[in-house]
Amino acid sequence: MSELSVEHLLGIKYLKSSDIDLIFKTADHFKEVINRPIKKVPSLRDITIANLFFENSTRTKLSFELAEKRLSADVINFSASQSSVKKGETLIDTVNNILAMKVDIVVMRHSNVGAGVFLSKHVNAKIINAGDGTHEHPTQALLDSYSIREKLGSVKGKRIVIVGDILHSRVALSNIFALQLQGAEVKVCGPTTLIPKYISSLGVTVETNLKKALEWCDVANVLRVQHERMDIKYFPSTREYTQLFGINNEILDNLGKKIVIMHPGPINRGVEITSDVADSDESIILNQVENGVAVRMAVIYLLAQQVKR
Amino acid sequence: MSKKTLLNSKDIEIILHRLACQLIENHNDFSNTVLIGLQPRGIYLANRLVDLLEKEYQVKNLKIGLLDITFYRDDFRRRDEPLVATATEMNFLVEHKNVVIIDDVLFSGRSIRAALTALESYGRPENIELLVLIDRRFSRHLPIQPNYRGRQVDAINEERVLVTWKETHKKDAVYIETK
Repeated sequence: MSELSVEHLLGIKYLKSSDIDLIFKTADHFKEVINRPIKKVPSLRDITIANLFFENSTRTKLSFELAEKRLSADVINFSASQSSVKKGETLIDTVNNILAMKVDIVVMRHSNVGAGVFLSKHVNAKIINAGDGTHEHPTQALLDSYSIREKLGSVKGKRIVIVGDILHSRVALSNIFALQLQGAEVKVCGPTTLIPKYISSLGVTVETNLKKALEWCDVANVLRVQHERMDIKYFPSTREYTQLFGINNEILDNLGKKIVIMHPGPINRGVEITSDVADSDESIILNQVENGVAVRMAVIYLLAQQVKR
Repeated sequence: MSKKTLLNSKDIEIILHRLACQLIENHNDFSNTVLIGLQPRGIYLANRLVDLLEKEYQVKNLKIGLLDITFYRDDFRRRDEPLVATATEMNFLVEHKNVVIIDDVLFSGRSIRAALTALESYGRPENIELLVLIDRRFSRHLPIQPNYRGRQVDAINEERVLVTWKETHKKDAVYIETK
């Protein structure tokens, strides 16, 4: 297959496993490109991309922007904090105004769940979801799987535990969909209050004992506690969270095997993961960042292929 | 659809030897030369020539790279079928090198144009030459000509030149197909 089965990248749940294969194969080529002395290809010279970030972002925004520039696309950036959204403009009006400037692809992060799906039905551009509330963050899940595939050879049959704040995490949901689509087993681990009630309906098992979860897995994907999304107290104190769910060298040394450590960033060092683990040989956190550019280049390239001339 | 054999395996062997000798005339011991096979089909010719130069003509330390030009093509979004990339394997830079681009068939010249752009990503070469097995005359869209050619062919536009290799089709041969 040489074409995506979808017109937009709104979430992993809309993808087929053949789409993920195609994205990864294309990303392999782009990974080679971004390691050349001149890290740029001219493919998207006549494509314009708008990065609309209605919610704060550092690495995702930089990663998308770099991917777009490496493909030679024209890029315009927009942050809600400096825009007319503050003056009461609606989402569709904001986006249509931007599209009037002849934009082909929109990369959007929004705090509302389903913002990408909504936009895809109302505007004439390819939409890439860069995170919608606590729902999905598809490119993060793709780059996570890509990094596992790179480190372990394949994702199929591997056991992955996602540790931390599952309830507020779009990274967790997209990862669950992506990993299962590729034939991996997924477990989640965290305080009961931060695990969604119906998570087992996704075919995911729950473990509240971190040590048992780590003994079971090949890969631990550690998530940040999202204090900014918490309107009530979900656990007594950060110190207690760290004691029960923080990953440190002591717990890893006692496993009797090596496991791969991942983190989508930003890291709260000393809370969900200690510095020595984050910077260890088993950690592929910085590989994830590098792979993020290659995977996003692949997604943009494949969607741009469908843009009509 | 009819198919006519243009070159059989014996013809191709003779041509490969001639091309190897011509390369040696211009590049001596190849100390400052790199050979670049274009993906997907030029790599078989490139590998064959490297084999021949090393085994029959005792050339040592040949540098060969495989270059994919998909992301540099000028027909992105202009074709019905999407473009599919293949792997690039370039473990060196071409800065100050003599480069020989190797492909099986030279037709419109657009692939070579894309290859010239792609090569820029690996530095500024001293000079670039082009070697092809089949040069289709009167079909160029761009002012590009080969420095080394196996055989020149006058094929009309409806005809297709098909190169097969032992590695992929069990037989070395060049055919002209009429639709």
